[in-house]
Amino acid sequence: MNLNATLLGELIAFAVFVLFCMKFVWPPLNNAIEARQKKIADGLAASDRAEKDLALAQDKAKDQLKDAKAQAADIIEQAKKREAKMIDEAVHKANAERENILAIGRAELEAERNRLREELRKQVAALAVAGAEKILQRSIDEAAHSDILEKLVQEL
Amino acid sequence: MAAGEELTLSGHIQHHLTNAKMCTVDGSVAFNKACSEAGFWTWHIDTLAWSIGLGLLFLWIFRSAANKATIGVPGKFQCFIEMIIELVATNVKDTYHGKSKLIAPLALTIFVWVFLMNLMDLIPVDFLPAFAGLVGEQAFGMDSHDVYMKIVPTTDVNLTAALAIGVFILMIGYSIRIKGVLGFIKELTLHPFSSKSVPLQILLIPANLILETIALVAKPFSLALRLFGNLYAGEMIFILIGAIGLAQLPLHFVWAVFHILVIVLQAFVFMMLTIVYLSMASSDNH
Repeated sequence: MNLNATLLGELIAFAVFVLFCMKFVWPPLNNAIEARQKKIADGLAASDRAEKDLALAQDKAKDQLKDAKAQAADIIEQAKKREAKMIDEAVHKANAERENILAIGRAELEAERNRLREELRKQVAALAVAGAEKILQRSIDEAAHSDILEKLVQEL
Repeated sequence: MAAGEELTLSGHIQHHLTNAKMCTVDGSVAFNKACSEAGFWTWHIDTLAWSIGLGLLFLWIFRSAANKATIGVPGKFQCFIEMIIELVATNVKDTYHGKSKLIAPLALTIFVWVFLMNLMDLIPVDFLPAFAGLVGEQAFGMDSHDVYMKIVPTTDVNLTAALAIGVFILMIGYSIRIKGVLGFIKELTLHPFSSKSVPLQILLIPANLILETIALVAKPFSLALRLFGNLYAGEMIFILIGAIGLAQLPLHFVWAVFHILVIVLQAFVFMMLTIVYLSMASSDNH
């Protein structure tokens, strides 16, 4: 064991190394490590948050889908009802129209028949009178028997 | 191998355990044996060169890692460096509870520097000294036996003592900074024996002072001598093994494998004790 000036030299070297390490080596490396740790922690937190958000969004989407389905079913239901109603109405209207047309036709038919019958009766009456006139021309006084003829015409 | 009397085993060992010295004699630079009278102002140039070289290597490696450090995905080199940083940072955080910008870099420097210096022990003991002897002989015309080269700086007590003294200065500095001069003096004089009566306390002061001073000074001594002793002994065994001929190969291997543990452990112990001592110096409660 011989202590000598080497000790002083090593002491100075030691101090210089430690100072250099303290200024230029430790801070950048340690900062890099700590910054990365923070980054990783942030990333993990963000992924957690994203997972939660995703679950929330999925729930929301499911709800919305359910709502939309219900709404669609409603609309279809309504449309069906309306369709049935419209068909019903159309059928009613058509029926009414038909009845109407039929009624008018019948009335016209009736009127025509009445007119024809009237005419026929008049012609028959005229024919009957003419026949009777011819048969009875000599024996029947037109004036004296007109009331009988009149009665006859009425009965036809 | 010119000088016949140095061919003995003890001469061989002696040669291995001698530092290359430099000093000034009568105003001119002198080396090795000429320095036997130089006293304190002798420089161990091999210790200085290897330790400073290894210190610069440490700083260069870590500085280049720091320059390229990214907070994104680190490369393999950066991962390796960060592993060491993390190890030191964890130990500092667990042990030292104050706030200090110095402790962690100090611990890192001690750990890696001491490790690198210890690592030189694993280079076969004769390689570099023999190479240095050859260079001295061929290039400078010296007797190869006058060329000394101790490549493990931690087997030089000057280096381990320098480290320990550096730590000791910091211990005192932290004590005074945290507790004040008065607090530091109180710590040295009012413990471990204390009394409530003032006269008795005054009587106890010398005993306390002696005990506490011994406890304080023992710390750097133990730091310096533990590292020095372990490495010196390890080096000595390498030299002895190296001297027994071919049979050294398995022995050398076994001892080298065991020594890998020693060199890491000693570097780690020196770092840990530095942190612990500084932590004790910074804590108020005795």
